[in-house]
Amino acid sequence: MANRQSGGSNTAGGGAQRPNGAPQNKICQFKLVLLGESAVGKSSLVLRFVKGQFHEYQESTIGAAFLTQTVMLDDTTVKFEIWDTAGQERYHSLAPMYYRGAQAAIVVYDITNQETFARAKTWVKELQRQASPNIVIALAGNKSDLSAKRMVDHDEAYAYADENGLLFMETSAKTAMNVTDIFLAIGMFL
Amino acid sequence: MDEEYDAIVLGTGLKECILSGMLSVSGKKVLHIDRNKYYGGESASITPLEDLLSKYNLNNEGDQYGRGRDWNVDLIPKFLMANGQLVKLLIHTGVTRYLEFKSVEGSYVYKGGRISKVPADEREALASDLMGLFEKRRFKNFLIFVQEYNLEDPKTWKDFDARTMTMAQLYEKFGLDENTRDFTGHALALQRDDDYVKAPAYSTMKRIKLYSESLARYGKSPYLYPMYGLGELPQGFARLSAIYGGTYMLDKPVDELVMEEGKVVGVKSGEEIAKCKQVYCDPSYVTDRVKKVGQVIRAICLLDHPIPNTKDALSTQIIIPQKQVGRKSDIYVSLVSYTHQVAAKGWFVAMVSTTVETNTPEDEIRPGLALLGNIRQKFVTVSDYYEPVEDGTSNQIFISSSYDATTHFETTCLDVLDIFKRGTGEDFDFSKVKHTLEEDM
Repeated sequence: MANRQSGGSNTAGGGAQRPNGAPQNKICQFKLVLLGESAVGKSSLVLRFVKGQFHEYQESTIGAAFLTQTVMLDDTTVKFEIWDTAGQERYHSLAPMYYRGAQAAIVVYDITNQETFARAKTWVKELQRQASPNIVIALAGNKSDLSAKRMVDHDEAYAYADENGLLFMETSAKTAMNVTDIFLAIGMFL
Repeated sequence: MDEEYDAIVLGTGLKECILSGMLSVSGKKVLHIDRNKYYGGESASITPLEDLLSKYNLNNEGDQYGRGRDWNVDLIPKFLMANGQLVKLLIHTGVTRYLEFKSVEGSYVYKGGRISKVPADEREALASDLMGLFEKRRFKNFLIFVQEYNLEDPKTWKDFDARTMTMAQLYEKFGLDENTRDFTGHALALQRDDDYVKAPAYSTMKRIKLYSESLARYGKSPYLYPMYGLGELPQGFARLSAIYGGTYMLDKPVDELVMEEGKVVGVKSGEEIAKCKQVYCDPSYVTDRVKKVGQVIRAICLLDHPIPNTKDALSTQIIIPQKQVGRKSDIYVSLVSYTHQVAAKGWFVAMVSTTVETNTPEDEIRPGLALLGNIRQKFVTVSDYYEPVEDGTSNQIFISSSYDATTHFETTCLDVLDIFKRGTGEDFDFSKVKHTLEEDM
């Protein structure tokens, strides 16, 4: 059965084993959940991250329970188990199970839509209330390629993230800007 | 909401969530509504503890029960049979990926005022304190016969046709005494009353096989229990439904079903109407289309210790066969604990339940409560058990039955599979689930 409590220092077998007796890579597995208003680009961020740069490691596609992506950080293999909302956020009907055991969350808003930034702040509060106290939260201002239509000030979002101890980046699933970076930053933090 | 759906599902109890998942997976456009703010309906696990306490005008002053949000208290006690229908559904639909299970440590049966471990295989039978030496041999032979019995192969029948001959005749054939019959029927075959004795033996034999095959899977007992409580199960199936396109609306009142020419055509909520071809729901959404057929009493007990005489098991089940306490139906005791993330550190949740037979149901569960030792807090509910009046084929309203007093999910799954078949005209096709099984058991 799925082992969702396996985060941290889980050294599962089947990973990258080096020849000639060198020590085996450390493998960490983390559950990461995406949150944010509908249509801010949550799924596109994941697809960009999962399909874009590491295409050969892609393990699941549409109709999947969650996507997984593996990245290397120094001598550690970090495997993200990425949960999408499956649309259950639309009518505020996300199940508590969604947050359960999550070690990281990316809260996404759309820089061209002030409303989605306000909703992002509500999601952050929800995470602080419902999720594990040690969860690493990243705030992603998505659609940074549309800066001409910008409605959410970069510095305002940065200040908010700073106050609440969140990682912060503006991203673009379209141009791939900062997409891998935000996942890597989370991986480093974990 | 003002759209047209193939099916609208009302209520997010386990049965409705499994149905919603199966319908979405089968390509149906599903709208799933619950009037409550939370998932699970009757099969929710209540958290924080204060929510449960406040219903009984109690509080958690000074954190006397530990941290309230560490509790996830089931309203309906059940375990999963490791080799049973629900586990099959979980695996085939991939919902196991969202859940984590623990094996239940002990399975006990009550005899003559004390409890003994349920022996489920030949080795355990020989070590059991439930039977004398000669009876043990007879019971061992009986178990081997049941294990090897194959309807396809008359050579295994040994002159016993289980399709026509009764369980009483089978007990007779092996010369089993009253006590052995009692725990075989109630603690192994999990029959709720003694009607099974006069019925053809095959269905009881299948139940005994299910018990021992489930036991063989993880060892200590045939039962599994999900971390964070049973309320995780409906959430898991709801996510399955959502992944396959199902739309979810919690906290949405349901005012009425819209009918046309004797068939349901929509669901009304305030000024909105969602159109549909079918409705699937629990009895609470259609009180005029169900009948009360009985009552179940359940007592939730908070303990700060394991159940005495169970070798400090952190999870256990005890069955009190009806005859032992002069009743028609069995009394069930179950225990889970902080190790399942359903209670604060050091705490246990015990449940005593049975089918109501008298006007003083609380007296009926006394033998179960007496096994628990000191009870720190007790919450008793008596719930009506409803069944649909019609099977739904004419009006396209498919109603589930209330959750019964059984200790596991076998009847729950049978109801779900039967409703699915009535609603869609076919058995559920597991091959429609597109996922890989890499991480499953």
